[in-house]
Amino acid sequence: MSDVAAEVRGLRMRYGAVDVLDGVDFDIRAGEVVALLGPNGAGKTTTIEILEGFRARSAGRVTVLGTDPEHGGEQWRARLGVVLQSWRDHAKWRVRELLDHLGAYYARYATPEIRRPWDTAELIGLVGLTAQAGTRIANLSGGQRRRLDVAIGIVGRPELLFLDEPTAGFDPRARREFHELVHRLTDREQATVLLTTHDLAEAEKLADRVLILAGGRILADGSPDELALRLSAQAEVRWTIDGQRFVHPTDEATAFTRKLFAQHGEAVRDLEVRRASLEDTYMALVQEYEQ
Amino acid sequence: MNALRVVRLGLARGGIELRLALTYWPDLVQTTVFTAIQILVLFLMRGHHVPGTTFSLGSLTLPSVIGMGFAFGGLMAVTGFIAVDREDGTLLRAKAMPDGMTAYVIGKIVLSSATTLIGMVITLALGLIAFPGISVSASGAATLGWVAVLGLLATIPIGITLGSMIPSPRFIGVVLLPFGAITAISGIFYPITHLPGWLQAIGQLFPMYWLGLGMRAALLPSHLASVEIDGSWRLPLVFLALALWSVLGLAVAPVVLRRMARRESGSRVAARRERALLRAT
Repeated sequence: MSDVAAEVRGLRMRYGAVDVLDGVDFDIRAGEVVALLGPNGAGKTTTIEILEGFRARSAGRVTVLGTDPEHGGEQWRARLGVVLQSWRDHAKWRVRELLDHLGAYYARYATPEIRRPWDTAELIGLVGLTAQAGTRIANLSGGQRRRLDVAIGIVGRPELLFLDEPTAGFDPRARREFHELVHRLTDREQATVLLTTHDLAEAEKLADRVLILAGGRILADGSPDELALRLSAQAEVRWTIDGQRFVHPTDEATAFTRKLFAQHGEAVRDLEVRRASLEDTYMALVQEYEQ
Repeated sequence: MNALRVVRLGLARGGIELRLALTYWPDLVQTTVFTAIQILVLFLMRGHHVPGTTFSLGSLTLPSVIGMGFAFGGLMAVTGFIAVDREDGTLLRAKAMPDGMTAYVIGKIVLSSATTLIGMVITLALGLIAFPGISVSASGAATLGWVAVLGLLATIPIGITLGSMIPSPRFIGVVLLPFGAITAISGIFYPITHLPGWLQAIGQLFPMYWLGLGMRAALLPSHLASVEIDGSWRLPLVFLALALWSVLGLAVAPVVLRRMARRESGSRVAARRERALLRAT
């Protein structure tokens, strides 16, 4: 496998007279977890569906695992994982039965390096559905269904996994469980992942690299930390003295706190130095773009 | 080799779906209700006579109803399966798997063929037990066999085509309505020869008439051919008509199906889900 899992150059998508994507460029390197962020209607889903081979693009060059998705055959398809949001499909099937059946589609596409499909029992354990293995899918909770969706997405041990808004509608606990699942996947399997999300904390937690898509272009491309630093070197220092709260934005957080201690010594309590978060960066970038 | 493997996957899929359809009671109710209504209607007709004979109208209708069962199980049911599977994302999942679409289609063919044939066997068994004049000779069994095979070939591809064309399961009425109209002019519940000539001509354009005729030829005593057009079972024409529909369906279905499948994506399924949920509230 080459170092680049996906390569996108000059990608355009036009619906009628509207360019939803207007020259999108990015790479996904093998083993990376990349989050695609952007406001509603920015074209995140369109982009991911073009990469999945579910949608034909208007112009540009796209290569996914060395193949143009528009001409990807079954062999190529077998190396991808797509986590779809289930609704009520296969409602009558039981969890183990469905994973067993869908796994069989991948058996022919095993390679000496990649054993396909995933052993069903092991996979069910990985997504935490062992107790539900014999349950009808209609009777799973929302969170359990979502974990089944992930299991279906990875049953063929994909080299590249697509997650489109994987935690939309999750409660905080289901969200955390899902994040742990993705971590387990990326740590153990070195899977390459492209995910879209609206949740910036999620992107910060999961992604090695963040792409911000707005107005049909990539506005920013870098690790969450890089992006935060690039946009604003400012940090916010908070502290209390005698129960009174103080907040001070500064470019020189270290020098400022040193001075603070020199001046007040032990009286400084509850000291916090907060860097600009990905959310700050994101809001700034999107606002800048909208003006 | 790969083709054989995909066929095996499709057979496995169809087998699981069949088992689920026969063991999951809401489905079982849905599939048996139709057969139950048919049987009820047949029993109600048992005491009446075919005009101009002493033959039971119920016995005349039973083979026709078996023929109609093919149009229903192969065409209507498949249209519904495909429309529902598109809406709920089953089809998109198939598309996301290697060889998934092919196995999906084979699975649906297996499922609908099996349920149709089960319906045929039940109705036929009932006919042999409770309806005078219904019998299966050696040549009748052969006719039954080839009409059944051609019946599936003639109806399932049309079902796949229509299911790929209608925008959502709620449009099934658009198919059901003409289906009912065609049933009325296909000589299923009453001999077609009692209809005006132009309606007879229209009825003979569709496979349902030929399915009914073929089944009557297979199961009824030969003297009853007298109530048919030309006073004959016209088996060569039955073969030709069903074969023509098969060829037409097999030529069109893959093209329409592929075109529909190409357009399926996560956002389309999500949009349908949103619309369906809106309607529900």
